[in-house]
Amino acid sequence: MTSERPLTKDMKPGGEALSLREYERVGGYHSVHKALRMDPKNVTDLVTKSGLRGRGGAGFPTGSKWSFVPIGPDAPRPKYLIANADEMEPGTFKDRYLLEGNPHQLLEGMMIGARAIEAEVAYVFLRAEYVLAGKRVAQAIAEAYSAGYLGHRIFGSELNLELYLHVSAGRYMCGEETGLLNALEGKRANPRTKPPYPQVSGLFGKPTIVQNVETLANLPHILNNGADWFKSLSRTADAGTKLYGASGKVKRPGLWELPMGTTMRELLEEHSGGMQDGLKFRGVLPGGASTDFLTEQHLDVKMDFTETQKAGSRLGTGTMIVLDDQTCPVGMVWNLEDFFAQESCGWCTPCWSGLRWAERILGAFERGEGNETDLEKLTWITSFCAPGHTFCALAPGAAEPLQSALKYFREDFLRHIHEKRCPWR
Amino acid sequence: MLTPEERQEIEAELPRYPQKQAVCIDAMKIVQRHRGWVSDESIRDIAELLGMSADDLDGVATFYNLIHRKPVGRHVILLCNSVSCWIMGYERLHQRLCKRLGVQFGETTSDERFTLLPIVCLGTCDHAPALMIGNDLHVDVTPDSMDQVLENYR
Amino acid sequence: MAIIYIDDKPHQADAKQNLLHACLSLGFNLPYFCWHPALGSVGACRQCAVKQFRTPDDKHGHLVMACMIPAVEGTRISIHDPEAVAFRAGIIEGMMQNHPHDCPVCDEGGECHLQDMTVMTGHNYRRYDFPKRTFRNQYLGPFVNHEMNRCIQCYRCVRFYREYAGGNDFNVFGIRNTAYFGRYQDGVLESEFAGNLDEVCPTGVFTDATHKHHYTRKWDLQFAPSVCVHCGLGCNISPGERYGTLRRIVNRYHGDINGYFLCDRGRHGSEFVNSDQRIRQARLRRNGQLQAVSKAEALEHIRQVLTSSSRVIGIGSPRASLEANFALRAAVGERNFFAGIFQRELRLLNRVLDVLRNGLAPAASLREMENSDAVLVLGEDVTNYAPRMALSLRQSVRQGPMAMADKLKIPHWLDHSVRELAQDSKGPLFIASIAATRLDDVASETYHAAPDELARLGFAVAHKLDDNAPAVSGLTLEQTALAERIAQALRSARQPLIVSGLSCHSTAVISAAANIAQALRRTGQPSRVTFTVPECNSVGLALLGGRPLEDAFAAVRNRAADTVIVLENDLYRRASVQDVDALLLGAKHVIVLDHLTNATSTKAELVLPAATFAESDGTLVNNEARAQRFFQTFVPQPDVQESWRWLRDAIIASGRQDFAAWENLDHVIASMAVEVPALAAASKAAPDATFRMSGAKVPRQPERYSGRTAMLANIDLSEPKPPDDPDSPLSFSMEGSPDQPPSPLIPFAWSPGWNSYQAWNKFQEEIAGPLRGGNPGVPLVEAAAQPQQEYVRDVPAPFQPGDGEWLIVPFYHIFGSEELSIHSHGVKQLSPGAYLAMNDKDAERARLRPEDRIEFTIAAISYQAALKVRADLPQGIAAIPAGIEPLQGIQLPDWSRIVRVA
Repeated sequence: MTSERPLTKDMKPGGEALSLREYERVGGYHSVHKALRMDPKNVTDLVTKSGLRGRGGAGFPTGSKWSFVPIGPDAPRPKYLIANADEMEPGTFKDRYLLEGNPHQLLEGMMIGARAIEAEVAYVFLRAEYVLAGKRVAQAIAEAYSAGYLGHRIFGSELNLELYLHVSAGRYMCGEETGLLNALEGKRANPRTKPPYPQVSGLFGKPTIVQNVETLANLPHILNNGADWFKSLSRTADAGTKLYGASGKVKRPGLWELPMGTTMRELLEEHSGGMQDGLKFRGVLPGGASTDFLTEQHLDVKMDFTETQKAGSRLGTGTMIVLDDQTCPVGMVWNLEDFFAQESCGWCTPCWSGLRWAERILGAFERGEGNETDLEKLTWITSFCAPGHTFCALAPGAAEPLQSALKYFREDFLRHIHEKRCPWR
Repeated sequence: MLTPEERQEIEAELPRYPQKQAVCIDAMKIVQRHRGWVSDESIRDIAELLGMSADDLDGVATFYNLIHRKPVGRHVILLCNSVSCWIMGYERLHQRLCKRLGVQFGETTSDERFTLLPIVCLGTCDHAPALMIGNDLHVDVTPDSMDQVLENYR
Repeated sequence: MAIIYIDDKPHQADAKQNLLHACLSLGFNLPYFCWHPALGSVGACRQCAVKQFRTPDDKHGHLVMACMIPAVEGTRISIHDPEAVAFRAGIIEGMMQNHPHDCPVCDEGGECHLQDMTVMTGHNYRRYDFPKRTFRNQYLGPFVNHEMNRCIQCYRCVRFYREYAGGNDFNVFGIRNTAYFGRYQDGVLESEFAGNLDEVCPTGVFTDATHKHHYTRKWDLQFAPSVCVHCGLGCNISPGERYGTLRRIVNRYHGDINGYFLCDRGRHGSEFVNSDQRIRQARLRRNGQLQAVSKAEALEHIRQVLTSSSRVIGIGSPRASLEANFALRAAVGERNFFAGIFQRELRLLNRVLDVLRNGLAPAASLREMENSDAVLVLGEDVTNYAPRMALSLRQSVRQGPMAMADKLKIPHWLDHSVRELAQDSKGPLFIASIAATRLDDVASETYHAAPDELARLGFAVAHKLDDNAPAVSGLTLEQTALAERIAQALRSARQPLIVSGLSCHSTAVISAAANIAQALRRTGQPSRVTFTVPECNSVGLALLGGRPLEDAFAAVRNRAADTVIVLENDLYRRASVQDVDALLLGAKHVIVLDHLTNATSTKAELVLPAATFAESDGTLVNNEARAQRFFQTFVPQPDVQESWRWLRDAIIASGRQDFAAWENLDHVIASMAVEVPALAAASKAAPDATFRMSGAKVPRQPERYSGRTAMLANIDLSEPKPPDDPDSPLSFSMEGSPDQPPSPLIPFAWSPGWNSYQAWNKFQEEIAGPLRGGNPGVPLVEAAAQPQQEYVRDVPAPFQPGDGEWLIVPFYHIFGSEELSIHSHGVKQLSPGAYLAMNDKDAERARLRPEDRIEFTIAAISYQAALKVRADLPQGIAAIPAGIEPLQGIQLPDWSRIVRVA
């Protein structure tokens, strides 16, 4: 089994960004030449064949997503390709690494995507707090423009591609595909009704693809090395490598590019070095704040889209948050629900009413004011905010850690009730 | 009134989008970069420049947490209160900051030096807890190291 | 149509609609908030959740929002599924977290959609036991009261105000559970339709601020089916009364006209009914003073006057009912009946009627206007002249972009999807008017010019469409190109519409509009036309006929008449002081019937207290020539009676006992049908007074009308017998038939479980469709089967600015220009003062500056006003506000010099 690290192998040890020249020296932008020679449809087919799934959290097959974009002379114009660099899922820090360390890799990936859907305009939608990433992406874009890789007749071809950096002004909702579109249009980042899907009617009412940074960064390598190679990188049916991360009280929190399907145990014990001394592992949010808790019994789950789901959670962003035994699980969930309640856009009732309610109940638990009825209320809120009940995925995501905490840490909730205080405070 | 510089910077953004309104968030950030915050007057001025009403623009402004609609201090502290930082000691950091600065979240110190705001996950969870002061990211912050960090901002 | 299964039973549904629409149309009680029949679906509130099953064998199913799912063939849903029921109750529970328990002191209480939905979902006990969020309220102007704590975040207000009505001074601010709906800063809401927020808001965030001063619960109000008297569109209204005062006006759904919305003049313009300027007793001039007299004394005086006069003439009114005008005509004789408006206006009205009769194009209702996909407005500032029409035209610009939605198979009701797809694309809507209008923001192109130039543009469009239409010589390149673009847009539309009317007082403009309709028809493109008219019964008056006002002046001047009866018409608003003085002082006897003391009534010898629309019944004919009956809301003080009754009594007093047969309104209508064949169909506008449902009358009071036995207990302990109503099939009582009356007789919307305005759902054939049995009103003008083929050929010459003179035109103001509504405090507050506006370059050349006091002279009378400078006014044109004191009685357009007053 190979252990290739296509996304990160060229990163500099100090973390500085590769310049255009340095990037080209390691084979950068080669894939664009190839893509420009290919029919757009063939680019999409290749990506479909590679089995690449979106790395933003939902895991939607990338090629399949592109296939809905109208292609050809009759398609509405301009079409847009957007890199979703609005990384804001709590516990997630993978895209920052790619943006800061190798912005050209992202741009190259965007060019591939733009070629596949015949997009004329592309945006990098970046969260404002990523100041360094913003500088480096802007620098990379400037370099690419002066090299003739962007703008009119890119790489001397017939194609035009304008690529802009858009720095956002905050809010988790902007990471949601359609909320992002509204934000980019200078509107409130409420999610939009689907259908129509953005592939058909997205930014400014035109066909649009929104793709996570890590997803896009994979494209040059798929173009260069082929679908079979990409599949071979993985240990499971879900192709490619994955940027995994770990935070919380482990010995070595960090980020690693590993084969898709690496087990949680390997991540925890090998790469993170296990729990800090004196602490015991209690559980983990495998892919950011909006995923269900997994516990000891799930440590051997292969962290890919399919297997993590089978275990009752989601791969999400693949960056796990580890809960130790000296940290209060109720307090942790309180923190999470406060985040979601605060970031609710206020559009649909279950979200704006349910999440704040849950947060307040959890706060009551932490003050020792919780009771058994409150547990019923929390359970109700998780079903109230279930998928399909809400307008977008924010509230169902918020329900995931809560519902699993109620399942796995029920005893801890009860201790709060019986002791009339938080046992960890 | 917008300064010629602000106006120029805003107008420079226009070609990037097919509609004027799309520039409005950039425009508010430009004004904020110059003045620290976006006043009612600035809302009116930017709205006028972009062919929007003040109500149109303020509806957008109040959606986004990084548009400051109230005056802020010389340095804005964004203290991450999301889950990884919380696990790694956010609460102690928060208490220490509030005590030291004599302010709560959303408030500005009486010498207008600092404004303290909460922020969602800063994406540096492997180095939690973290905070930003202005454009600078500070990681692996402890209550003691924070004291020193603050000294660098006058 | 499609078959859908609701709780395992098959039902017919419109496949082009959504499941919520289908369920409500089928009569199911499915709760909702964010969806509104006129605003479509956005899926925000999640209240209309139902369980959907993929197949007949799917036992598990999943929750969906009924408003977001098309009612396509074979759809299987359950309303009663326990999970769906629990979820819907949960939504209310969520909304109720912050909603105050202030129903007893809330103006919405008793007609609150949130209350209804709460009861409907069965949510009872709150489980949320944390503090509620609170907000500061804003001052939003004289019409709308703000109480944000009650907000449930359904987003209807912003959707109506911004997306539907095009207002941009209102928005949602902030996020999560603390979203705030209001203005960026306190201030008067700018939209002329802001008052609809009262009804759009499902609870008490936005309530009628004018109602607050004399608040009454819905169940305690006495209502009648009525028609708005403040412009010529004939919007249907439900006025509500208690203790003899008119408390409020709310919308009465009419599927073809106003739909769910009124303009703020219509909603808030009726305070004149309660005004202290009301004439509540007959007044007779004795020793130079008008003194109150009894009815008997008044009639005795009338007897003396009528029997001693050599010739009595009557001056009718475009704001009085057909019956009142007809009774006046009966009193004075056809030869002596004058229409009460000048020849100029009569001619314009008759030109409009000619076009409607000719059948070049059918008259468009407001509903049809909404469905027009290319519109040319020729000469009109619709928002100020026929306000509700502006809201309909605003919807028409969405028709073009709907083609994009159709292409992507996005249903039209999926509101935000359609809007996000359409983005800024609108129209086509061309507005050619004298100056900027409040609809310009949605216009594809605007063109500002003098009336003659507007007409020339219209003629040019007709010529572009059909070479046989007269050509226009001397057009500018700009005009030619614009005419070509307009012609192109109309030609390629599915349902083109031409809007014109009387506001620029130009026959040429109306003829140009007619030529365009003619040209479209001849080239095989059927269009629709609509004309605005100035007053609520302008068209009725024109159909009734009568001689122009100037002839009445002449008759008195020439001593051909010595007695004048003026019906509900303040002549000083129409004609110059000299002319009216000459009439009123020149006549030996002047009898005035009116509601309010005005300049005309103060000059009368005898003033008769005439009932307002709220105190009388009658028929009004709107701009489509649709006759509609309005019914008396309440019985006024004893001496006040309908103008037609006063006139009947006068006729009888003068010795014509046969008029005693006019016992009720129906007798007047029957007589009118015989005498005036053009108005014969008016009798069918509503069921007559003999109509009964299950042997009973239609109650004006809701079933839960309270305090009836106590209301007047300070005067009389015994409960007075409810007044009889000989004129209509309605009773002044809560007793009567519980059945749903025919549409012209629906006094208010109420249905079991549906106490709010949303109860209109229960009165419609399908949601947002016609009322059961058809919408109220009958057409009085039948279009000819074989339209005349002739084009109008007298194209006006180009407009030439005067040398030191300006063509002065009237500008209409929704708030201020109309006679009766100006008596409402809010309307008065929002009305402009007297001004004269001119182009900035003209002002510069004339060395005039804004706010300069200027003087102009029309018909030898000088008027003063403050100067306004407007870049959108064409050069050579000056405008003054219509009907605003002291600039009244000026016949325009006319030329005048304009000079600064030292």
